[in-house]
This record gives sequence, C-alpha cells and structure tokens, in this order.
Amino acid sequence: MNRIDAAFVRLKEKKQKAFIPYIGAGVPGIQETVELALLLESKGADVLELGYPFSDPMADGLVNQAAANRALEKGVDDEAYLGMVKAIRAKSQIPIVVFSYLNPIFRLGLDDFARRAKEAGADGFLLVDMPVEESSEFQETCRKLDLRLIFLAAPTTTPARLQRLLKEASGFLYYISRTGITGERDGFQADFEEKLTAVKAASKLPVVVGFGISTPEQVNAVCGLCDGAVVGSALVRRTLENKPWPEMRTEIEVLAGRLIAPTKEVRA
Amino acid sequence: MNPGQLPDAWGRFGPYGGKYAPEVLMPALEELEGFYSKVREDAGFRNELDGLLRDFVGRPSPLYFAERLTAHCGGAKIYLKREDLNHTGAHKINNSLGQVLIAKRMGKKRIIAETGAGQHGVATATVAARFGMACTIYMGRVDMERQAPNVYRMKLLGAEVVPVDSGSRTLKDAINEAIRDWVTNIEGTHYVFGSALGPHPYPMIVRDFQKIIGEETERQMKEKEGRLPDWLVACVGGGSNAIGLFWNFLDKPSVKMVGVEAGGEGVDTGKHAARFEGGKLGVLHGARTFILQTDKGQIAETHSISAGLDYAGVGPEHAFYRDEKRIDYVSVTDTEALAGFNTLCRLEGIIPALESAHAVAHTMKLAPKLGKEQLLVINLSGRGDKDLQTVMGAA
Repeated sequence: MNRIDAAFVRLKEKKQKAFIPYIGAGVPGIQETVELALLLESKGADVLELGYPFSDPMADGLVNQAAANRALEKGVDDEAYLGMVKAIRAKSQIPIVVFSYLNPIFRLGLDDFARRAKEAGADGFLLVDMPVEESSEFQETCRKLDLRLIFLAAPTTTPARLQRLLKEASGFLYYISRTGITGERDGFQADFEEKLTAVKAASKLPVVVGFGISTPEQVNAVCGLCDGAVVGSALVRRTLENKPWPEMRTEIEVLAGRLIAPTKEVRA
Repeated sequence: MNPGQLPDAWGRFGPYGGKYAPEVLMPALEELEGFYSKVREDAGFRNELDGLLRDFVGRPSPLYFAERLTAHCGGAKIYLKREDLNHTGAHKINNSLGQVLIAKRMGKKRIIAETGAGQHGVATATVAARFGMACTIYMGRVDMERQAPNVYRMKLLGAEVVPVDSGSRTLKDAINEAIRDWVTNIEGTHYVFGSALGPHPYPMIVRDFQKIIGEETERQMKEKEGRLPDWLVACVGGGSNAIGLFWNFLDKPSVKMVGVEAGGEGVDTGKHAARFEGGKLGVLHGARTFILQTDKGQIAETHSISAGLDYAGVGPEHAFYRDEKRIDYVSVTDTEALAGFNTLCRLEGIIPALESAHAVAHTMKLAPKLGKEQLLVINLSGRGDKDLQTVMGAA
C-alpha cells in the first residue's frame, strides 16, 4: 500500500489525526534536513511535505520564499533533493510528499522526475500551480507509479469544483484555511468552520488543513473538524534563524512536540 | 488558420497558454471568463468603452508617415502608429480601461496591477482614479528607480505603489507580489494584468482590448495608401502592443509581421530577455510558454535597458504564431535600441519609449532592404519621457 494511504488507515484505527510538517529541503543544510525529518517523525509526524525550491513561489509568504532562496543559493537541485529523500527513506518509513511548483518539475521532465522520485522513496506530489484542469498528463504518470497526486481546495472553491477535485485527488485533500499565501496567522477566517465542515462532508478522502496554522490551539481546533493539520512556516521560520544547529534542533523539537500533541489525542 | 477561434475553451493557443494558477484563483478566473463572455457581446458595455476610448484616451491614435526616417533608411515607406499619443502615453490604457470597466460591472471595489516600465501602472491608476476605485500597484524596486517619474505619476493619481524587493526586483517579481495580493484579497479585488500573459482568460482579454490598434491601422492605411501595409514591426515584452497591432492582420497573408525582443547586452552574454532565442518551454505566472530559465527550471534573471521588455516569459499567443511561422521574432541589443531612440528623436521630433525604440531599431535594419513601394508600420507603443534618466545614464 502507498505509504500515505497506509498512514491515514493507521490513524483512523487509532482514532488520531495527522500531523503533517512542511519543511524546505536543504534548509538549514542538507544533512540537517534529513535529521529534521527523522526528528519530526520521532515526535509523531505522520506525513512529510518536503519543499522543492522554486525561484518564483507565488503562493508563498516571506518565510517560505526565503527558504526557497536559501536552498537555491546552496545549490539544491534535483539530485540534491532526491538525495535527501533517499537518505530519509533509508532510515524511516514516513510518507514523503514532493511539494513544489510546476515549472522545475516540468523542466526536469514530469515522467522522468516522478520515476526518480519514486525510486528515491517519495510517495506523492503536490504542485501548487497545477490545478486539476491542467493535471491529466501528470495524473497518468502518478497513477502508473502508484504516487498520490494531492490537490488543494480553497475557501473560494465552489461545490462544483470541489466535486471535480475530489474525483481526481488521491492521498488526501489539502484544504487551505484561508484565501491567501502561506505564513503564520493568529486566527481563522470567519467562515472557516462552516466551509471546512462542508468540504469534509463531501470528501471520501482524508481532509487536512494548512496555511496559517502555527499554534497548538489552532492544530487542536482543526483536528476537531477534519483529519489533520499541516504546519509549514512556523517550522521553516526556525530553520532560517542564525543559530547553531543543536540549538535550532532543540527548539524545533520542543515546538514540534507541542504542535503534535493535539493530533495524538484519541478522538471519538 | 482562424485567429478568431483562439484560444480554445481551455485557454490554449495550440500547446501554449492554459490556466496554471493556484486553486484560490481558479474560481475567480472562471468568474472573470464567464463575465467577460457576456460583457463582450453587450452593446451597453461596448458603447461605454468606445466613448471613453474616444474622449478620455483620445482614439483613434494617428497613423503618421515618418518621412525623414523613411528617407534615412532609404527603403520601405515607414509609418508610425502613434500609441504614444494616447492619454498616459502608451497603448496600456486600452487594456486598463477595458478591464476596469469589467471590474466595475463585476462589483469590484479595488484594483491591483503589476508594472514594469510603469506605463501599465500609470494607465491603471489613471482609470482607477476616473472610476473612484482603490488602486494598488506592485513595482520592482529596480524599476522604481529607473522609472521614477512614473512612480510619482501613480502616486499623484491616488494609487498606492508597493516596492517589490524579492528576486531580481523587476517585472517578474512584481507579478509574483500582485498574485500574492490577489489570492489574499480575492473578494472585491480585480487584478488588471497588463500584458498578454498570465492564466486564461487574461491573454485573450488583453488581446481583445488591444486589437483596436491593428483595426485602426488597417482603416487608416487604406485611407492614406489605398491598401494594406506590407510589414508590421512591434516590440515584444509580454507582447500586448504587438498582438494588438498584429491580430487584425493575421488572416491577411500579404502582411508580414516581426516581433522584436530585448537582446540586452547580446543573447550570447546571457544578459538579455530574448525568450524565443534563449528560452525553453515552461510554465510561469499561469501560462505555458517560452521562458528564460536554467536547465533545472528555475526562472532566470533577465536584462534589458527597457524595463517593459525585461521579463522572462512571452505571451502564449506569440509562441503559437511563431510555431505557425506567421510572425517572425528577432531581437535587438540595448545599444541598437538606444541608436533607434536617438534616431527617432533627431529625425522625427518624437521621443519614443525604450520599449518602442526596439521596434525602431529593427526597422532601421529591415527597411533599407525593402523596396520603396513597401509599406511598413512601427507600433510606437509608448513615449519616452519616463526613460530620460536611463538614456542620460547610458550616454
């Protein structure tokens, strides 16, 4: 079974929710990214979104933009990225989602890169600027390789679009908590609960929520409504700080522990 | 080939174009597409737009016989389509006006736009002021410095100008930032894309509002010469002024067309914005097209003396007609563009935008090789007041 599917089956049996960290590959360094992934798993992360850097991340806020720039400056390319996936996979069975924008993957060759990612140990793709309408070619590639193609749904997504998304989506559905870019926010939009509940009711796939989630309270609120939470910028921000790795590692470990706790409560 | 049938229902011009946008934007793009398909057939909308194009913009823009430039080149008879004489000094207002009228009818209260040279920003700020709408313009920090007069103009017109400090701090980065604003403020905000770029339906809408340039040119040339022009020359950044001039003639096989890209310091130096010569197929800002990028698909930094041509991607409709061999694409360097700029100043008493100076520069190579009976039209897409600082710096 695909590792993403297996993770959600296991969580359902345990009546727990998914914690899905997003980190930018190669930040603060290549070895550190691998350590970070293993650390997050040891603290209870269920799926890892590993950001493949793109020069023009138009749906990302400042923190993820900075991480992508840092990675590109360090020369993180397809080989370095897949090297990290392999190194994580050598020590862990955590499902890995390749998270990026379409152009770098398109340029590297959709078929070719997907095959290499699969061989390295990746389990799925999420390409922010490849909406369902433009996905048929890559969908075919992913199906053949038993990779999951994950789509975003947004507060602006109409019920008709949602049906279309759900027909094509696999793995899980990633619901964007608010209209906007990635980054930490204090609260949720006014209609968040109502919209998420409607999406959850319409979806047979697990639904997780991301964008703007950075506190244990937000993770807890989300877990009461759906199948898990994605936390990105709150973690990535700490990987960008100018601190020695052991100190950074400890800080992230403590933060991850607090963020993950609500997802591991047994819920009826 | 029937240009009227493109793009198809998916927003594609052959293999180019499409709608590669984050999910938050997809419903807004669908809404815009649906609304536009109704409004384009609506007589009330057309009348309001035509009235404003005439009385506010000053259309039709003249088709002017450049007598001394013609004599200087010693070949084809050169005409200038004077888009520089439009209100705000460029062709950009044709599109800004159309899109703001749509936004108003959609009930939007706020307008955002990106700008490179500042011409699209000024045009959009102008129309937003005219209709009392809030307006935010994103502009790369580098462009704000080299097009300072336009920044001040936008502010006078009541727009907020937001400097963009990411990436190369030019047009590409301004588009990223405008998209980030739009995904955040999608309710109530319309993004006035300034060139024939971006996700469907933008390349189609921008073209439709710019094709008046070619329609007028045909009528005016028939009045002056009794026939169609033989050659059309226009600069291509995103490509809105070029498609605006060319589109009406695509189905007239006797009319030859040349799009001029920014060769910067020379295509072999890597410091340029010649997407067709140096670029590869990719996806940027919503469209599949030719893009200057690394082998690994990271967007390359571009260079041009002209801010309006300094962009990594080219409009998808241009990519299609290049494949069809209907439009030819060439590039001229910064140095050649400056020579074109100076020549037009001295010979015709017209200070062209550095963008348009690229079309002048190519014409100076092409026209001498053509017979004196050949009729050539340069799209003089904008005026050069904004560029004085750059030109003085280059002298």
